[in-house]
Amino acid sequence: MERIMHRCRKCGRETPEEVLKGNWWICPGCGGYFRMSARERIRLTVDEGSFRELDPALLGGNPLAFPDYEEKLERARETSGERDAVVTGYGKIGGRKCAFFVMDSGFMMGSMGTVVGEKITRVFEYATENGLPVIGFTCSGGARMQEGVLSLMQMAKISAACRWHSNAGLFYMVILTDPTTGGVTASFAMEGDVIAAEPGALIGFAGQRVIEQTTGQTLPEGFQRAEFQLEHGFADMIIGRKKMKETVSSLIDLYTVRIRPADRRTGRESGR
Amino acid sequence: MRAYDKVLLARASDRAMGSYYIGRIIDGFIELHGDRSYGDDGAIVGGVGYLDRRPVTVIAMHRGESLEERMKRNFGCPSPEGYRKALRLMKQAEKFGRPVICFVGSPGAYCGITAEERGQGQAIAQNLWEMAALEVPILTVVTGEGGSGGALALSVCDRMIMFENAVYSVVSPEGCATILWKDANRAPDAAEVLGLTSDDLYRLGIADEILPEGERTPEEIAKALKKTLVSALREIDKVHISRLLATRYERYRRIGRLT
Repeated sequence: MERIMHRCRKCGRETPEEVLKGNWWICPGCGGYFRMSARERIRLTVDEGSFRELDPALLGGNPLAFPDYEEKLERARETSGERDAVVTGYGKIGGRKCAFFVMDSGFMMGSMGTVVGEKITRVFEYATENGLPVIGFTCSGGARMQEGVLSLMQMAKISAACRWHSNAGLFYMVILTDPTTGGVTASFAMEGDVIAAEPGALIGFAGQRVIEQTTGQTLPEGFQRAEFQLEHGFADMIIGRKKMKETVSSLIDLYTVRIRPADRRTGRESGR
Repeated sequence: MRAYDKVLLARASDRAMGSYYIGRIIDGFIELHGDRSYGDDGAIVGGVGYLDRRPVTVIAMHRGESLEERMKRNFGCPSPEGYRKALRLMKQAEKFGRPVICFVGSPGAYCGITAEERGQGQAIAQNLWEMAALEVPILTVVTGEGGSGGALALSVCDRMIMFENAVYSVVSPEGCATILWKDANRAPDAAEVLGLTSDDLYRLGIADEILPEGERTPEEIAKALKKTLVSALREIDKVHISRLLATRYERYRRIGRLT
């Protein structure tokens, strides 16, 4: 059997896939993080056998008849094995039930079009209806240009679903992974009760090349990395992969155990 | 007219923008400054005044007239402080029970080191999140170029009124052409397929009303706009706030709804 090798972008070392799978997709040479697929993230985070996928068959088209978009989608589906750039569902982390979304950079750089918008909105709605926390892993180049203004509007759509989940007194934790940029940063990536980031992840609104071209300035070392966001007050913490599951499950405990049940507001139809 | 011609019209340096219409439509406008946390962003003007004798909060993207003023206002590209000032005024409008009117017309949120350091993404996100449940009516008027997330941060609303020659896009046609085809000269091709004209937004159910421009002068347009705003508010007044918020949710929920 041929071994699939992956090259580390930091040190250049090649490592067999099965080694990476057993090492949280961390380079054994330099400790650098590989990007991992949504399925791998779920395998490493969600209790074995507990994951149930929501909307696995949801499939998008080419709503604005954008040139070459169908071919791009087709290719992304072939290479990633996914139908679009996010996997959603529910399951357990450390025995605690929660809803999830996990974005996949292997599908058109995790860009957000109507399918991503619809699936993440639905997972927030599902969690609101079922009184569940939402745990989300972001990983995205931003809005998907090929769906034009429809992509842009997904930012408002998801934010609204996220807001009403919050109004129901429910917990949302988001983990920003490499890269989290553009319209995702400017919406649900920054709307968590707790915002965590993976070490070294690129997190920002504007792309680095755009900033350099617009301002003519040289970007400082470490600009827009997870550590930069922590320093500037936009992330609560940085969590390494080996501690991820344990930390997330502790936080779910802390945010969902109620000694005296709070006076819950009941969701978006309520007049308050 | 090609979509790209509309982009050029929307950007035209002599085009009347939010500040002009505030002057024409809002009586006794008083500007309020600052985000109470870092600074005051000249790219967003906010304040209070009367629309047809009714107190309203008005927030407008502003690019300035003279070159000097444009530089001061960063050519209408807001920084996080601008979005935070807008949010502060919206929350204040909620407290005092007055409607919010937003004027959108900007190339987009400022792309710079300082904006990133102060959380441009977080500032926009916070506005989207808060506006989704703000308990007063929000009307958005798109007068010029609605550039991406930076425009969206003032666009979550109950009614979107779009000027005939205004545009609204996820990315500038130049940016799109550069990224996809490595050729900024193909911006007109990108403009055609991005779905950014007022007709596109109306067809897609994002804009509720198109304000015709044709040969009309800005003064005539201002009169029509005032009428439109007053009657939109009158309609919204009939709706209980819980219903209004449910309807606002549905406005966005249905965009790109898939089965």
